[in-house]
Parts: sequence; structure tokens; C-alpha cells
Amino acid sequence: MNDGGRGKATGIGFTLNGRAVFSSADPFQRLTNLLRDEFGLTGTKSGCDAGDCGACTVLLDGQQVCACMVPAAQAQGADIVTVEGLGRVSGGLQRAFLHHGAAQCGICTPGMLMAAADLLSRKPQPNETEIEDAIGGVLCRCTGYRQIVRAIADAHNFIDGGGDIPAEGPVVGTRMARVDGDAKVSGRDLFGADDAPADALWLRPVRSPHARARFTFGDLDTFRAARPGLAAILTAADVPGENGFGINPHIKDQPAFAEGLARFRGEVVLALVGERAAVEAVTFDDLPIDWTIDDPVTGIEEAAADGAPPVQAEHPDNVLTRGGLTKGDVDTGFAAAAATVEGTLQTAFVEHAYIEPEAGFAQRIGDRIEITACTQSPYMDRDDCARILGLAPDAVRIIPSACGGGFGGKLDLSVQPLLAVAAWTLGRPVRCTYTRIESMASSTKRHPANVQGRAAADAEGILLAIDMTAAFNTGAYASWGPTVADRVPVHGSGPYFVPNIRMRTQSYFTNEPPSGAFRGFGVPQAAMLQEQLYDDLAAALKMDPFEFRHRNAIRVGQPTATGQILEASAGLAECLDALRPQWETLRRDAEAVNAAANGVAKIRRGVGVGCMWYGCGNTSMSNPSTVRVSLAPDGRLTLFNGAVDIGQGSYTVVLQICADALGLPPEAFAQVLGDTDLTPDAGKTSASRQTFVTGKAAYLAGRDLRAQILRLANAGDSAEIRLDGARLTVRDGERNTELPLDNLPAADASGAVLSGEGHFDPPTEPLDENGQGKPYATYGFAAQIADLEVDMELGTVKLRRIVAAHDVGRAINPSLVEGQIYGGIAQGIGLALMEEYIPGRTENLHDYLIPTVGDVPEIDIILVEDSEPLGPYGAKGIGEPALIPTAPAIFSAIRHATGIKVTQAPLLPHRLFDALRARDL
Amino acid sequence: MTHLYERPQNLDQALDLLPQQEWTLLAGGTDIYPAATEAFAWGRPAPDRILDLSALSSLGTIAETATAYRIGSLVTWSQVIASDLPDWFDCLRLAGREVGGVQIQNRGTVAGNICNASPAADGVPALLVLDASVELRSAAAIRTLPIADFIRGNRRTDRRTDELVTAIIIPKRDAAARSTFRKLGARRYLVISIAMVAALVEADGDGRITFARVAVGACSEVAQRLHELESALIGRAIDAPLAALASDEALSALSPIGDVRGSATYRQQAATVLVGRTLEAFRSHPEVTA
Repeated sequence: MNDGGRGKATGIGFTLNGRAVFSSADPFQRLTNLLRDEFGLTGTKSGCDAGDCGACTVLLDGQQVCACMVPAAQAQGADIVTVEGLGRVSGGLQRAFLHHGAAQCGICTPGMLMAAADLLSRKPQPNETEIEDAIGGVLCRCTGYRQIVRAIADAHNFIDGGGDIPAEGPVVGTRMARVDGDAKVSGRDLFGADDAPADALWLRPVRSPHARARFTFGDLDTFRAARPGLAAILTAADVPGENGFGINPHIKDQPAFAEGLARFRGEVVLALVGERAAVEAVTFDDLPIDWTIDDPVTGIEEAAADGAPPVQAEHPDNVLTRGGLTKGDVDTGFAAAAATVEGTLQTAFVEHAYIEPEAGFAQRIGDRIEITACTQSPYMDRDDCARILGLAPDAVRIIPSACGGGFGGKLDLSVQPLLAVAAWTLGRPVRCTYTRIESMASSTKRHPANVQGRAAADAEGILLAIDMTAAFNTGAYASWGPTVADRVPVHGSGPYFVPNIRMRTQSYFTNEPPSGAFRGFGVPQAAMLQEQLYDDLAAALKMDPFEFRHRNAIRVGQPTATGQILEASAGLAECLDALRPQWETLRRDAEAVNAAANGVAKIRRGVGVGCMWYGCGNTSMSNPSTVRVSLAPDGRLTLFNGAVDIGQGSYTVVLQICADALGLPPEAFAQVLGDTDLTPDAGKTSASRQTFVTGKAAYLAGRDLRAQILRLANAGDSAEIRLDGARLTVRDGERNTELPLDNLPAADASGAVLSGEGHFDPPTEPLDENGQGKPYATYGFAAQIADLEVDMELGTVKLRRIVAAHDVGRAINPSLVEGQIYGGIAQGIGLALMEEYIPGRTENLHDYLIPTVGDVPEIDIILVEDSEPLGPYGAKGIGEPALIPTAPAIFSAIRHATGIKVTQAPLLPHRLFDALRARDL
Repeated sequence: MTHLYERPQNLDQALDLLPQQEWTLLAGGTDIYPAATEAFAWGRPAPDRILDLSALSSLGTIAETATAYRIGSLVTWSQVIASDLPDWFDCLRLAGREVGGVQIQNRGTVAGNICNASPAADGVPALLVLDASVELRSAAAIRTLPIADFIRGNRRTDRRTDELVTAIIIPKRDAAARSTFRKLGARRYLVISIAMVAALVEADGDGRITFARVAVGACSEVAQRLHELESALIGRAIDAPLAALASDEALSALSPIGDVRGSATYRQQAATVLVGRTLEAFRSHPEVTA
């Protein structure tokens, strides 16, 4: 610095990825922003700006640091390496990540790589503890960390080239590296905050700090005029169309901008739009907003109380919806029981905590608008944004950016309607990136639930009846509340044959964040009680809980809770069979250790089991996917896949399926992905449907194109297709036919000469007034074992191992399937033991805890493939099934260790401690 | 940008600047930036007068004098962890390993941890058992005061606005002294303490405890030494069962609050357990004796 190093910095010189650079940035500017905005190095991600997530980890003078907490001034003279410069430093680390499936959504990947590079530079072959210590400061929400640890341990083997050799022949069932993996491990993948037109204005939402408050605006025009660079202050009055959105076709109750009444802390009341410095300089207390604070409705009990003020005037009783199911007659079941048990469970809001906060940009193109943002549901975004702008749906184009984690939280609109209104009314491109705190305060959550139930079995341990009610806190707006209320009754009795079932659900509005979709749509909450009830029954009958489950596991030919006869692919019993050896060993070991301690142990071991089932696709609703694959005269083969990959790997899996169905290798394909102008509708990435539904459509599309090619060549289905540049040849036995692509007539408007299309809508039937019918075409099944230690004096739980057996029908890509299971288990651990979102109190990633690398134990995965005839190559979904059994297995193990039943989740140390004390008094 | 940002290149410059403004002092930035993030999210102003101390390289080293170790106020946790300080600094090293992730340890300073004065500051119990003092300098004077007097309350210290913490001074102990630290949180890494304990003991040739310090953090507004327990330890055999000394009475000076991390009752009880286990750990490591 000049000026003797004092005063305002007049320049900051440093080495960036080996190159001398110079910046005149504001000295207090975070290094993250300096790297991203001034040098365009968007591989360094901003996840929290508070040192809680490590996504922005870079090397500063060879040491890992969070760039979000380094002032630009301190870059002076430093040697800084970002993920873009990593290739020079750390040879094979990135390839090891690809090989081991260590990158899913990829948002944490640059930070993980840099933390690992720091370690590997000092210790090329580190042990597991060293690896965990080194990456303990980087959060990942997708992978469950195990594949990352493995990749780092294995990195030294990748230093001199190596890597995967493309497989010959069919690719379904292979561990093909994800097709977007290179972009993710190099930092080149563009997430919502990584790209926008250079002249884009910035949008900064102003949110209600109150859970329930009325407000009026003073003179916003004068406020704006006094601040150069502030282009507009947008409010509900600026919404050109209907100021309401929501995922349900009939409930558009959530405003883009609140209209005089904020119904939860974090709701947008206005948006500042302008030059970045101008919008960031505004202090909200200076804004002319007059607040009248009212008492909020907090929690289910308050919402349901007599005389509770309505959260939404249209719902005076605060009830959004009720659901239910009746099968057989529970009274008869209970009357015949040898054992009857009952229990309750209360659960909390759970935050998705994807490491990428919501972000994107919008621009008006004539009479159309284009919105590029992270999303799980481009077509639903398109339709809701069109309604908000008062446009026809085809006047809106949604271009999904790379999505840094979703888990259900990016199904609902976030930045999109704000950006749409701003870009439409101002005629300028506009961008917005939520802060972590905004993201947590405003995005949807897992529904808190109060579940109560009773269950009965006969003396042989055969389930006779279950009767459960679940009240859900749906927050201020409907979001996915109706879906949860419908899905839970179907699944609430668990993956077992139960003859008599009664399920009742209610969803209540409160002045809390909207509860939406989160990996399992309410089923995990219900399963956490239902599985405990079945443990209770086993205990009451002095049966082994594992055998109890095996005995009752639903099998092909039996009717489900909705009376649907399972016709195929019901692999729970096979999952349990696969787990039995581990169960017996782990359980015996735990009991031996506990017995040896003779009742005075500070540490007690426990081994438990949890099971689940989960319907793939929407509940009794059409949810089709269409996929197209086309061949151009120059031999360009293009797969048009509208299914957004949010890290789970659908861009890879759908390609694998289509490649084998067509009979050409994946390398032959170009892909056009998830763009509402360019790709047919493949629905939303939710409900564990993309492999099953879009995968099936891709299979049909590939088969369609193959059939057309074979027809032109007059060849049979066993023929082999080859594509070499523009040369398409078909070899049928000894006969070789070359098809001249440039002589074929155009098949569609894009100029393609051959085009295959596949459409699949899983066959379902409506549920009747008793909840009977065929809600899903297929179900995933799983069982998991948890092995753990409980510290009897502190109430803490230390996981030793999870063993997971999942019936996935067919693993199209075992690495990606395992990735889903590892990651689902990590989220299940959080749900069971640590995650509790409290508005205003845990709205950051240091007060809201998600598992770190040290909280996810060794995980053994057993894939069971009970083929689903409807699915592509027998496959069905895995996204949500991965999470659901984990918390029940953990609770079952805690019960084994301590005898304690869990009545409140998460089971924080003080809650288990209190339960142990209450029991011992 | 409207704010003032100064990065003095030597201590004299820094001390001259100090009285000129109400500065926010910045070293590793690991407390300043998260606070700015929180403020920005809800539209509150960020700190706008920053005095960046990071160029004061004379404060970035650990030095040894005849009677003490002197940890400069820019020394990071990673420096402490990697240092060749004697074994009886283990409590501080172990605490350092629990301060955030490695990224935070590489940037965050020991002095910053005490100046931030969070009730859950990971460094304070260890510094208490090390009998640490804080050296403060202004342009006019130097003063030194025990850490227990320096931290006055939740986010409050005795530092005057014209003063800079320049060092933490830790008196030398017997080479055979041993110390340790344990922290209880709801996850493995990156966790704010529910409770934590640091302890240091010296024993004579017969294995009798001659000097003892035990301190508990996150269970009162400022971490507390347990003076009664320390007295009770004197003269006891280091390899005797000591955990029973961690009684409710011995920890009665604590006054934990309940928050999202744990109830007040739980904190108190957990601290008792942690203290007991800490004392047990000395027993199982008999090399502590001289």
C-alpha cells in the first residue's frame, strides 16, 4: 500500500493462482467478493459469510482460510490459491473426487478441495483422523462426507494421470463418473450467484423482522430519490399480475411481496433495486415503514386453541387441510391384541441448509422474461412467475443454474418472483443473492409435527392395528402442506402389512416460516414414532425387534394401507435378510459390552433397526415426464432432458438409461438440460421420481429413436448401431447398412432428421374418502441398522456405524445411488440428534447445527435389486428413502442402550439427559 | 464506501491512531465478519471504522523470558497448536483445536478470542488455569492485569479505547505440570460449547498435588475458576480417585443460562461430569508427577 501503509488503501497487490495481480478494492471488502466480482473467480463460493460452512475456503500463504472473513486489505503481499489454481498445486485430488463420487451438487466441492489440498501439501497420505480434522470446517449437505474422506485418502494414487476409462458396452449398472463432474471439481460450474449480465442491477429484499405485523409505507419515492444509485423500491403495488404463488394448483396464498401484513419473520415487504453499493448501503431503520406489531401464533397448540387469531383470514380455524385413511377396523384389531402400546413424538422445524443460498438473475427480452436461478422445478416456476407478471406461461423462460443442493427447499419460489417483477418493470437485468440468514429465515422448512399413536399385535407378533394422528405446523403459507397431509396417511403404518389402520392428519397455519417439502414430505416425522411403537410391541411380546419387522414386512401380493396389492418389487424382507448377519453380530457385541460393565457403565452401547417404504412420484396425481433425443444431419445426437440435476446425478443417470436404450455410448450424446424453452417438461425434481419417471421416459425415447433407425436399416432389435461423426451405420449380423443422415428429411423444427420421444406418467388411481386406492406406481424399501454409544452421564450419542440395505429396483449407477444413501443418512442423523430451526434464534449455520464430517460414522451399504417392472431397467427412486429409516434406527438403538423412548426430536444431549434422570428418579 | 479503514504498519502508528476514533479492532476477522453478516441481513449498519492490526508483525510471535511465555496478540490458534510450548500448554492447544475449523484456527487469534469476550470463548478457561495476564498498551502506558480482571462480562472487557492488547503473558510452571481441556457440544466440529473445562496440576515427587487450577466455561457470564475445588485438590495423590471432588458444591459458583444448546440445569450437571472426568484423566496419566 502507498500512503505509508496508512489511510485508505490505494491498492492491494498479491499473487493469485501464481499470477501477480493488483486491486483497488475497498479494504474491508471480503476476499470472497474480491475474488468473485473483481477477478471473476466464481469457483470460490459464498455459503454463509460467517465462517460456518467453509465453502469459501482458499489457500492464503499455503494455509486454508475462509475467504469470507479475510479483508481485502490483508491480501496485500499474500499468495492466494483458489480452486481455479488448484490443478497446479494438487495433481490428482480432483480426479480422486470424481472417481469416488465425492462431488454431488458441487457447491461445497471447491472448499473441500482447498481444505484437502492444504492437508495434502503437508501430508500426502493422511490418515482418516487427519482428513477429518482438515475438512472439519467445511460443511457438505449432500454426500454424508464418506466419499470425500475416501477420495482424499486415495488422492495420492491419482497424481500421475490415471482416472476412469470409459466402459465398453452397456453403461446401466456401471459407476460412470457424473457427466457434470469436471465442471464441479474445477470450480467452473455456474451456480445461481455465479453469473449475471455485467450491467445487472442488484436486488436486496427487505424482510419483516417480526413474526406478525401490519405495516404501511411512508414516502418511498423521496427515500429513493435521495439515494443515488437506487433505481427502484418495489412493493406489492408493483406486481403486474396476481401477487400470489404456491405449489398447489389451487392455493396461491403466498405473496411475492407482503400486502400490509407480514405473516412470518423473514417475509419480503419490499425490494431495493439499484447499484450494488447503493442497495447495500441502506439501513432498514431509515426506510419509511410503519410497523404495528401483533402477537404471533406460534406452534400447533396456539394455532389450534379456541379463539386463536387467524393467520390467514380465509382460514378462521387456522386449519389448512385435513387428511386421513381408514382400512379395516382398528377397534376390532385392538380388541384382538395380545399387546397394545402407545406413544407420542414432537418434532421441530428442520432447515434444508443447502450450502448454496438462493440466487439468480432475470432479464426482459422484449415481451418475454428469462429467469436464471437455482431451482428444482422449472416448469412450476415458469407458471407461477407468469401469473405474477400477468403473462402467458410461454412468455416466461426458466433456465436453471447449477443447483447447490435442494432437498425439497428449492421447489418453492424464492428469488424468482422478485427478480421477475424487477426486471420486467425496470427493463434492466436484475440479480439477487440471498444471504445465509435470509435464506434460512425465508425458505421453507420440514413441518414440525405432533404425532400420537397406538399399535397392536397378536401373541405371535403379527401386527393387528395402528391408529395415529399427526398435527403439522405448516407455517404462514400452504406450500406443500396438503401434500404432507396426504402422504403421511398412506405411509404412516410403515412398510408392513397391517390389516386395520386409522390415520388422521391436520395442518395448521402459524406465524412461522412456511413448511414445505423436505426429503420425505412428512413421512420421516411419522416414521420416527411408528417405528418406536413397533419396537414397543416387540418389547412387550419379548421379541427381537428385527424379527418382529421381518415377520411383518409387507411382501408382494399383500395389500398396503391403501388396499393396493403390491405386484412386484417389494424388497423389505430381502433388505432385512441382507442385514441379519450384521444385526446379530453388532447386537451381540453391544450386549456383551453392556453386560461386562455390570450396570455401572458411563457409556452404554445400543444397536437398533429402522425400516421404511416410500412411494415414488406424486400421490395419486399425474406427474408425467417427457424426454426427447434427436439426431441432426451432421450426426449430432442430442438428449433433451428437462429433469434438473440438483446434485443427485440425474443428468448422468438419465443419460445412461437413454444411451443403453438407444445402443450408443454416453460420449456420443450432447445434452440440453432443464430449460423450459428447449426441453420438454420432465416435472420437478422431487418425490424420488426422476430416475423412475424421467428415466423411464428417457428409456422410451431411446427405444423410439432406435426403432426408427433400425426400421430405416431394415434391421432387427439385436442389431448394433454405430455413430462416427455424421456416419450412422447399423450392423445386423453380417450385414452393414450405412444411413445417410444428410439425405433424410427434417423431422422437427430444430432440423433434426430423426427424433425419438418418450413419455411416462406412472399409473396411479385416486384415493377414495377412506384413503383407499393406488396412490403410487411403485415403492422403495429400506432397512438400516444404527450402532452407537450413549454417554449416560452427559446424554450425548456417538454413532459407531450405520448399515443400510436399500431396495432400489436396479442401481443404474451404484456410485450415485450410494451417494444418495450416504447423504440421506447424514441428514437423518441431523434430524435425529441435532437439527432444530427456531425462528430468530437459529437462523445461521453456527446456531443451527448440521452434521460435520466428524458426526457421520462409517456406513456400510447393501444394494438390494428387486426389479420394478415399470421402471427403466427395473429402477425406482432413492432420494427420500435414503433419509427416512436413519432417525428411527438411531432411536431404536438409543432405546436398546438406555431403555429411553424418544418423545421429542431432535434428541439433543440435554433432552436425553433429562429423560435418563427422570427415569432414574 | 463511507467507512474508515486503517492498517498501521507498526505499533506506534497503531497506538497513535487508537484515540482518534471509536475503532472496531480487526485482527483475524473471525468475529468481526460474522457480526457484520448478521447486521447486514437485517439492515443494520456494519462497523464503519476499522483498525486492521494484522500488519503489526511484532505482535505475531511467541517469546520466552526467564519467568514467562509471551503470546503476542496476533498469534493465531494454529501457531499455538503447532508451537513447541511445553506440554503443560496442552489445555490451550486442545482448546485451540476446538476453535471453529482449521480455517478459523489459521486466522483467529488467541487475544481476539478474549477481547471478543463471549461467555463461550474456547480460550478463556485454558488461559485462566494458566494464570494468564493481559498486557495492554496505550501511547502513554503499559499495564498488565490478570485475565479474570480483564474480561468484565458478556462481551465486555477492561480495555480502554486508547489501548491495545499486545500480549498474553503466561508464567512458567514446573516442567512436569500437566494440563488438559474438554469441550461438550452437540456435534464434533464447528460447535459452540455447551460447557467446557480446563485444568492444570503440578505434583511433587510423591505424586501429591501441589498446585491446581480448574476452570469452567460457557456456564457463567465469564468463565470461572473453581477455587474451592482447587484448594481441595492440594495435597491429594494425583493417582487417587478425584472425580468425586467434582460435587455440586464445588461447582456452585457457576450460573449457567438455558439457551438453544442446552438448559441451565443440564449445563450445570454436564459441567460437573466434565470436571470429574478431567480430574480422572490426570489419574490415568501418572507421568504428571514430577
